[in-house]
Amino acid sequence: MTAAEIARIKSDPRFRELEQKRNAFSWTLCIIMLIAYFAFIFLVAFGAHLISTPVWGVVTLAFPIGLGVIVLAIVLTGVYVIKANGEYDELTRQLVSSLASRRTFP
Amino acid sequence: MTTAFSGVMIKRVVAGVGATLFGASAAYAAGALEGPVQQQAVNVTAIVMFVGFVILTLGITYWASQRTRSAADFYTAGGGITGFQNGLAIAGDFMSAASFLGISALVYANGYDGLIYSIGFLVGWPIIMFLMAERLRNLGRFTFADVVSFRLAPTPMRSLAATGTLVVVAFYLIAQMVGAGQLIQLLFGLPYLYAVIIVGVLMICYVTFGGMLATTWVQIIKAVLLLGGASFMALMVLHSVGWSVQGLFAKAVSVSPKGQAIMAPGSFVTDKVTTISLGIALMFGTAGLPHILMRFFTVGDAKEARKSVFWATTFIGYFYILTFIIGFGAIVLVSTNPDYLVAGGGLKGGTNMAAIHLARAVGGDVFFGFICAVAFATILAVVSGLTLSGASAVSHDLYASVFRRGAANEAAEIRVSKVATVALGILAIILGIAFEKQNIAFMVGLAFAIAASSNFPVLLLSMYWRGLTTTGAAVGGWLGLITAVVLTVLSKAIWVTVFGNAAAIFPYDNPALFSMPLAFLGCWLVSKIDTSRRARTEAQEFDAQYVRSQTGIGASGASAH
Repeated sequence: MTAAEIARIKSDPRFRELEQKRNAFSWTLCIIMLIAYFAFIFLVAFGAHLISTPVWGVVTLAFPIGLGVIVLAIVLTGVYVIKANGEYDELTRQLVSSLASRRTFP
Repeated sequence: MTTAFSGVMIKRVVAGVGATLFGASAAYAAGALEGPVQQQAVNVTAIVMFVGFVILTLGITYWASQRTRSAADFYTAGGGITGFQNGLAIAGDFMSAASFLGISALVYANGYDGLIYSIGFLVGWPIIMFLMAERLRNLGRFTFADVVSFRLAPTPMRSLAATGTLVVVAFYLIAQMVGAGQLIQLLFGLPYLYAVIIVGVLMICYVTFGGMLATTWVQIIKAVLLLGGASFMALMVLHSVGWSVQGLFAKAVSVSPKGQAIMAPGSFVTDKVTTISLGIALMFGTAGLPHILMRFFTVGDAKEARKSVFWATTFIGYFYILTFIIGFGAIVLVSTNPDYLVAGGGLKGGTNMAAIHLARAVGGDVFFGFICAVAFATILAVVSGLTLSGASAVSHDLYASVFRRGAANEAAEIRVSKVATVALGILAIILGIAFEKQNIAFMVGLAFAIAASSNFPVLLLSMYWRGLTTTGAAVGGWLGLITAVVLTVLSKAIWVTVFGNAAAIFPYDNPALFSMPLAFLGCWLVSKIDTSRRARTEAQEFDAQYVRSQTGIGASGASAH
């Protein structure tokens, strides 16, 4: 790619939309995961007594919380794949094909 | 045959490391079964099943060797692996024998605390998904150093990345080789030396002849066998308690000497700084493991790279839930059966045997043999991935880019990578023998800490921060690497246990809480004060890199055959 092509892509409204949407979405999910994990680690390190009461037979609150972190990790990655492989890849495809056609007919 | 286990002593990692939750977890989950182990009577069922696995995988290696010609074939299986296949292969690369035996043993001994370990090993995957996978795929070809040197100077960046790769691979390999030797004594009744040589020779065959294609299929087959075996065990456990999850836990509480305490986070989390430090090492270290990063170049495009992470996260998360059920199942079915216990109530063969005894309890001798064979196959899959990654760092980063300045021809580069594979394999055998009686518990924790403190910061900043310069990345990366190693040497695991000093100079068991921020700080500070002309060019070249990382325009595709 030449410098002119790169500048043209960067100023293309579809590229702007793609980068803004995707960056916002991936950073949001990333921060959710970071907060969930470190909240969990701080809870077991400093607040074990808070989650040690049985809530379902002998099962304590710590179980759904731990399991929740595992499920959250799987769900967040799944949500991202659906969004990225659908909406974002469609935006990318439109962008790339418009660039290709513009290159053919300058 | 079970009586043969009596008198066997495995000094558990937990006992060796003390009461530190995460310090033990890293070693456990990635392959350090340590301490003296006594050889067992020869286990014929397991050996027959393992030989079956070897014949199958060598057949695949022959098939793969017919299809491995170019450098792209050797390093990345031609980029033709699908997202689902790659997700399984990543899971096969990541789930080690010791995470199967070690985490279920930890649940067996401590209940809920075992789950805390597993979660640490899982949460790195979403981070890889959101921050790394697609940009990595769009920017790189064979190794993560391709990405770092996209706009930064190749020689210093590839030297740093190759060193980071080789150090991580070395520590990881030693832990796997020693773990293999001890497992094989315990499960197959073969001498330690045989096991280490068998593992070394097979991995050299897989990687040298079959490259990434053979390695990928070995990892996929292993993942399927391990997930299948563990699923069967978990189902049989639930079957034995009348399909009542609540019943399983209630029964475990009633038979465990610790009672209700196994249902909550316990006394394990004693050193809170170490706990948080290892949490950081596991989460971000996963995103800096070279053999894991390399797997993203085996798929055709960013779309498949994303699918890989989703499947890997799903399989690994599912696997950790299974080990949790298996651990509680062992409390109910193994700890109550005198056939599996020694006088005093401990498990025959040591605590790491919880899942193995459970296999016999729920599936009889044939299933027991199957699980033993799967445990060995698991080690082979992990060491093959590590060796391939180490060999790529030598041939692609050091030989082709640093020594030949990019002027090496492809045939020579492939030749170097095969020689490097053989050399790494022999080195792994020698190290495996040398470290037989050593304390290796710190090695995997250190591997994760180095990955989090050197590979991860440099890779992340190179993709996300325009201002990162070659000098900044080199200073920060080396600073993180050296700090992680030095702090580990000064910590209890080496300073006290290996060198025999009275007290540790660095009081925590994992350095990542300090070494990772230091690496970021080094990268940032030095890049900020770097006003060279080269630094200005690098900032300008960020645009081209950014557009390609976002759109995939210009990215290397799958090679046609």
